[in-house]
Amino acid sequence: MTNHWVDIKNADLVMVMGGNAAEAHPCGFKWAIEAKKERKAKLIVVDPRFTRSAAVADYYAPVRAGSDIAFLGGVISYLLTNDKIHHEYVKNYTNAAYLINPDFKFDGGLFSGYNAEKRNYDKATWSYQLGKDGYAMLDETMQDPNCVFQLMKKHYSRYTPDMVSKVTGTPKESFLKVCEYIADTAAANKTMTILYALGWTQHSHGSQNIRTMAMIQLLLGNMGMAGGGINALRGHANVQGITDMCLFGASLPGYMGCPNEKEPDFKTYIEKRTPKMLRPNQMNYWQNYSKFFVSLMKSFYGNAATKENDYAYDWMPKIDGAYDTLALFDKMHQGKINGFVCQGWNPLASVSNKKKVGDALAKLKYLVVIDPLATDTSEFWKPHGEFNEVDPSKVPTEVFRLPANLFAEQTGSYTNSGRVIQWHWKAADGPGESKDDSEILATLFVKLRDMYAKDGGKLPDPILKMSWPYRNPNKPLPEELAMEINGKALGDVFDPKDKTKVIVKAGDQLASFAQMRDDGSTSGGNWLYCGMWSQAGNLTARRDNSDPSGLGQTLNWGFAWPANRRILYNRASCDMAGKPWDAKRTVIKWTGDKWAGNDVPDMRPNAAPDENVMPFIMTGEGVARLFAPGMADGPFPEHYEPFETPIDKNPFHPDNPKVTSNPAARVYKNDMEVFGKAKDFPYVCTTYRLVEHFHFWTKHSKLNAILQPEQFVEIGEELAKEKGIANGDKVKVRSNRGFIKAVAVVTKRIPTLMVDGKKVHTVGIPIHWGFKGVTKPGFITNTLTPYVGDANSQTPEFKAFLVNIEKI
Amino acid sequence: MALQSLDIARRSATTTPAPGVRQTTEVAKLIDVSTCIGCKACQVACMEWNDIRDEVGSNVGVYDNPADLTPKSWTVMRYAEVEEKGKLEWLIRKDGCMHCADPGCLKACPAPGAIIQYANGIVDFHQENCIGCGYCVTGCPFNIPRISQEDSKAYKCTLCSDRVAVGQAPACAKVCPTGAIQFGSKEQMKDYAAKRVVDLKSRGYDKAGLYDPAGVGGTHVMYVLHHADRPELYKGLPNDPGISPLVSLWKGLAKPVATVAMAAVALGSLFHYVMKGPNEVSKELEDELEKEDAK
Amino acid sequence: MQVSRRQFFKICGAGMSGSSIALMGFSPTSALAEVRSYKLAHATETRNMCPYCSVSCGVLIYTTGDKSKNAKADIIHIEGDPDNPVNRGTLCPKGAGLLDMVKSPNRLKWPEVREAGSNEWKRISWDDALTRIAKHMKADRDANFVEKNKDGLTVNRWTTFGFLASSAAANEPGYLTHKVLRGLGTLAFDTQARI
Repeated sequence: MTNHWVDIKNADLVMVMGGNAAEAHPCGFKWAIEAKKERKAKLIVVDPRFTRSAAVADYYAPVRAGSDIAFLGGVISYLLTNDKIHHEYVKNYTNAAYLINPDFKFDGGLFSGYNAEKRNYDKATWSYQLGKDGYAMLDETMQDPNCVFQLMKKHYSRYTPDMVSKVTGTPKESFLKVCEYIADTAAANKTMTILYALGWTQHSHGSQNIRTMAMIQLLLGNMGMAGGGINALRGHANVQGITDMCLFGASLPGYMGCPNEKEPDFKTYIEKRTPKMLRPNQMNYWQNYSKFFVSLMKSFYGNAATKENDYAYDWMPKIDGAYDTLALFDKMHQGKINGFVCQGWNPLASVSNKKKVGDALAKLKYLVVIDPLATDTSEFWKPHGEFNEVDPSKVPTEVFRLPANLFAEQTGSYTNSGRVIQWHWKAADGPGESKDDSEILATLFVKLRDMYAKDGGKLPDPILKMSWPYRNPNKPLPEELAMEINGKALGDVFDPKDKTKVIVKAGDQLASFAQMRDDGSTSGGNWLYCGMWSQAGNLTARRDNSDPSGLGQTLNWGFAWPANRRILYNRASCDMAGKPWDAKRTVIKWTGDKWAGNDVPDMRPNAAPDENVMPFIMTGEGVARLFAPGMADGPFPEHYEPFETPIDKNPFHPDNPKVTSNPAARVYKNDMEVFGKAKDFPYVCTTYRLVEHFHFWTKHSKLNAILQPEQFVEIGEELAKEKGIANGDKVKVRSNRGFIKAVAVVTKRIPTLMVDGKKVHTVGIPIHWGFKGVTKPGFITNTLTPYVGDANSQTPEFKAFLVNIEKI
Repeated sequence: MALQSLDIARRSATTTPAPGVRQTTEVAKLIDVSTCIGCKACQVACMEWNDIRDEVGSNVGVYDNPADLTPKSWTVMRYAEVEEKGKLEWLIRKDGCMHCADPGCLKACPAPGAIIQYANGIVDFHQENCIGCGYCVTGCPFNIPRISQEDSKAYKCTLCSDRVAVGQAPACAKVCPTGAIQFGSKEQMKDYAAKRVVDLKSRGYDKAGLYDPAGVGGTHVMYVLHHADRPELYKGLPNDPGISPLVSLWKGLAKPVATVAMAAVALGSLFHYVMKGPNEVSKELEDELEKEDAK
Repeated sequence: MQVSRRQFFKICGAGMSGSSIALMGFSPTSALAEVRSYKLAHATETRNMCPYCSVSCGVLIYTTGDKSKNAKADIIHIEGDPDNPVNRGTLCPKGAGLLDMVKSPNRLKWPEVREAGSNEWKRISWDDALTRIAKHMKADRDANFVEKNKDGLTVNRWTTFGFLASSAAANEPGYLTHKVLRGLGTLAFDTQARI
C-alpha cells in the first residue's frame, strides 16, 4: 500500500477491483465503510462475481475474469477523451511531458524490440530522448507526438466504450457509470482509493493490471494524497515484511538486486545498480545504493567483509536465471533439485498444477517441512483416497517434518500491508517440542558450520565467517535480530558536511538510513527498516495511538518504513508551491522553511518548492512514470487474453495469433501443451478465497470448518439450467490438467456475460480445501490451474483459465 | 446508570415482584444490515466466547452454515439474493435472539427461574432451571430458542450477559469488522440508527428504517434495514411479530386470577414431568379435551 | 380471539406449572439468577498479532495462570486489541477463531521422518532430524557447488538446493533465513509473497 489501512477512511471514492476486500481483509475494509458513513463516500465494485464487497457497494459492475486491462484502459481513454484529469499534477508530477525515442513503436499488438524466439523485448527504444546534458527532454505543452502524453492518448484511443464492453462483457452503461464515478475524483480536492489484491496479480499480465490503475491514479492526481494511492491488500500478516526482506533468489533485503554474471566485480555491480539522474536537482534516492549494499554485507559478514575484499562481494552467489516458484518447481520436475525446504508454505496446495508439483516433489532426495501444521505438502507421498492418489513405495523422497511455533508462541515483528512494523509478544509455549523458526534455522546452520569447520568442504568461508554474534548461537533472540536488521555504527559516523562532527558514535544503533555509509563504518540488514530500533529503543513496540490530525496517521504507533512515513509520495499532496491540494486533508505542506505536517515528509525537509525537487524521489527523473520502460511486457499496458481464453483471439488484434496472450510471458514447453481450448473447456474459471477461511490454514481450525465445512463451486443460474445442475448437486469440474469434485452452489451472483458476441459463463472455485484438515476432505483446487505466470513477477495465472463442468 | 446492571426485571414462572428502586439503563445491540458483509465473525466470536462448537456440517448449496440456529449456534447469518428494481441485492441478516422487552419465551416458560429478564433488557436462559419443555420455542415470535438433544435444555443468545455484567460489549458486537453490530444504551442505538437511515435514504433506499417491533414491546436487538417496509425480504424477518395468543391469554387472564384454580392441573403436570420426562402435555388430558371439543 | 377449551387447558397444563409450583414452595433461590461467571477475570493478557492477512490485527491472548513458575500458561481465549489503530478490537471470522488454530488437532508436536518409500511417519528427536538434514545439505552442497562458471567467472552458487520461505514468519526469522541462504550460496529460493 502506498497509503495505509486507516487512511482508506479519507477517500471520497473507494474502488474495489482485482480483489474482494470485504472478504479477504474484513478488518481493513471497515475503513471503507467508515468513509461511507462519515464522508458520504461511494463504494464501487468491479468483479466477475457479486461478492460480499459488492453486497455493501453503491454500484457493482461485472467484468470477465482476465480482461481488467481492457476495462481500465477504457477508463484511461474516457478520462483523456472527456478531459477529466488533474492537469497541473499530470504535467508536473508525471513523465507525461517527456519525449520518447522516435523509434519506439506499437504495432499489431507488439512493442518495438520483440524477440519471438525468446519471448522477450529488447527495450532499447523504450527510452527518453536525452539532451546534451544527459537529462531527459520535455515538451511542456505536451503536444509533441513523441511525448508520453500523446503516445498514451494514441495507445488508448482504441479502448472505446464499445470495445471495452465487447472484450470485458461489462454492459456499456455499467462501464460508463463506473467511469463517471472515477472521473469525479479528477478534482484537485477529491480522492479515490483503490483496494486490490490477488484478483489483479494472479494473471499472466498481473503487473500491468496494477500499472493501468496506477496510471489512472496519476491522471487523477490521487497519488500521495490522503484517501488516495495504490493499495495492494496483501496476503499474510507478514507477507509485506518478508517481501521487504526479499526472500527471492533475485533480490537482496530492501529491494536490492542479487548480483548476476554480468556484474563480475563489486565496482561494476555498484555502477550498474546506481541509477543516473535524469533531471536536474532530483533526489534519485537509489544513488545511495552502495551505502545500503555495503551495510548489508557488514551485517552478513562483519569483520570478514572489508574494503580490501570488496566487502566479500565474491561470496555473494551470482544468479544465472530465474528462481521464482514456477521456475523452481520446473527445475525440480526436471530433476535438477535434490534437497528442498518448505518453511510455512504448502506448495502442493498453493502452486498451480498440483500434479506437476507432486511429481516434482517425488524427484527430491529429501524434503524438509517446517510448519506448525500437518500440511498437505508434508504428505504428498501418502494416499488420501481420490484426493491424493499416490503409491508411497514409488516415492523415494525422505521427508522430515519439523514443528514450528505459531504467532501466539513467539515474539517478533510483523509488517502490515500499510508498511507499519509492529511488535508482538509470546503468550505461551507451543505444543510438544515445537520451536521458533529462528531457532530451527540457527540450530541447523550451527550444525552445518561445525561440520565445515571440522571436515572442510566447498567454499567454507561464507559459512565459517558469517557474522553470528548471538548470545546463544542456536537461538538468536528476536531482539538481537531486529537490532541487526536496523543496523548500527561500527565506527564513528561523521557528518558529510563537517567531517569532524560525529553524528553516530561507534556502537550506537542508527536512527535512519541516511546515516548509512559505504566505507564499512555502518551495518544494517535491511536499509528500509533502519530506524525501527534506534538508540531510542524498539520503535515497533510503540503503542501510542493518538491521532491529532484525525486522519488516522498515528505516527507514534509502531514504526512504518521508510523513516516512519505513513503515506508514500506525500509531497504530491501539495501543488508546486507546496500548498495542499485539499487543506482539509493536509498530509504535509511547505511552511516557509521546511516541509512539515501530519506525516514524515517524503522529501528532503528543506527542499524549497522553487528548487523543483519532484515528489517521486526513487526515480532518476523525480516524477512518476506513465510510460514505464522497466516493465518486461511493454511501457504501456495492453490487453492480452489469459493463456486459456474463451474467445480464442485477442479482439484488439484478431488477426495476430501471436499476441492473443501476453507475448512476453514465460511458458515452459510441457506447460504450453496442456493449455486447454474453448471448444473442450468452454467456461471461464476463477479461483478465490472466502471470508470464512484463510488460504489452506483454517481448514485445520474447527471454528472455521463449521462456517464453511465442504468444498463447493459456484455457477450462475443460466449455466446451471443449461447443464441440468441443481443447487446442492455434486459436480465434476475438469481442466486440461485434472479434475475436482465438489458441491454446486447455484447463484444469481455469477452473471453470464456477452463477450465478443458470445455468451461466456463463469465457474467460481474457492481454494480452501485439501486432504488434511478438520473440514470435510476436498480436492486441491490447484489441480486445475495452468502453470504460467505474469511476465514481470511470475505470479501464476490462478484467476482466469478454462474448465468444463458436469453433474455427477 | 451503568449498562451492566443485572437487577432482575422478570423471572419465569415466579410471582416474586422484581426490585424496582434502582434506575437501570436499557442496553441494545443494533445490527446495521446495510453495512454487514456476512462474514460470520459474529458466529465465531459467539461460539468461541461461549465455549460451544457446532458440528462440521455439509454444504447444501448456500453460504448459510450452520444452516439454522442450533443449541450450539446461537447466531447465524441468513443470506437472501433479491432483485430490486432490476438490481441484485444480497441481503444478509444476522439472526438470533431479539431480547424482546416483552419476551414471549419468558411468559411461556413454566420452569421457575429458567428465563430471566434483567433490568437492562437482556433476556437470559438459565439452563440449570430449564426443564426442556420447549414452551419458550412456542412462545418466541422469532423462532429462536433451540432444545439440545444432548441435555434437553433450551439455548439461545445471552447477549453475553457475562461480558455485559463486567462492562464489556457482547462478543459479536466487539468483533464485528465493519461495525455493522453496535452496542450501547438503547437510546444511543436509536440515535445511531437514525443517522444510518438518513445516509441510506440519501443513497436511494427510500424505505430505510429501524426495526424495533412494537408487538413485543420493542427489542434490545434492533436492525437497520434498507427495506424496512418489507422485513420479510431478509429471510423471513417477521413483519409484525407478537406473542402467540396462547401465551398472551395465559399470562393476561390466567396468571392473576386462576393461579389457585390451576394448582391441581399444575401439580398434575409436574408429576407428569417427573414420571415421563419433559416436553409433553398430558396426552390423555389432550385426547379427552379433543373429544369434548369435537362434540 | 377464539381460544378453545383444549387450548385453554393446554396453557394451564404446561404453562401454569411454574408459578403454581412456586406458590407451593418450590421457590427458586436468588443464586439462580446469576450470570455465567466472567472467564477472564484472572487470566494473563498478552498483546500479539493475528497471523492471517496483512491487516495484521492486534489481538489480546488470554492465558491461564499469572506466569508463576508452576502455573502452565494455556491459551484459553483470543480477542481483538482495542488499542490497535487498524482493527480497534474487531476481528474477522478467521481471527475470531484463532483459538482453534492454536489448539488444532493437526498441530505438529515433534519432529518426524518418513523414510524413502515408507508409508508412515516415525517420531525422531530434534538432534537426529537436524543432523540428518545438515548431512544431506552438506553432501549435496559439496557435490554440486559451482565456484566458477564456464567463462571462469567466480559465481559461488549452489543451485541443487531450494527453499520456500514463509511469509507468515516474523521479520527476524525472515532476515535470518535470507542471511543463511546467501551464505550457503543458495539462489533457488522464493517466498509465498510471489503467489
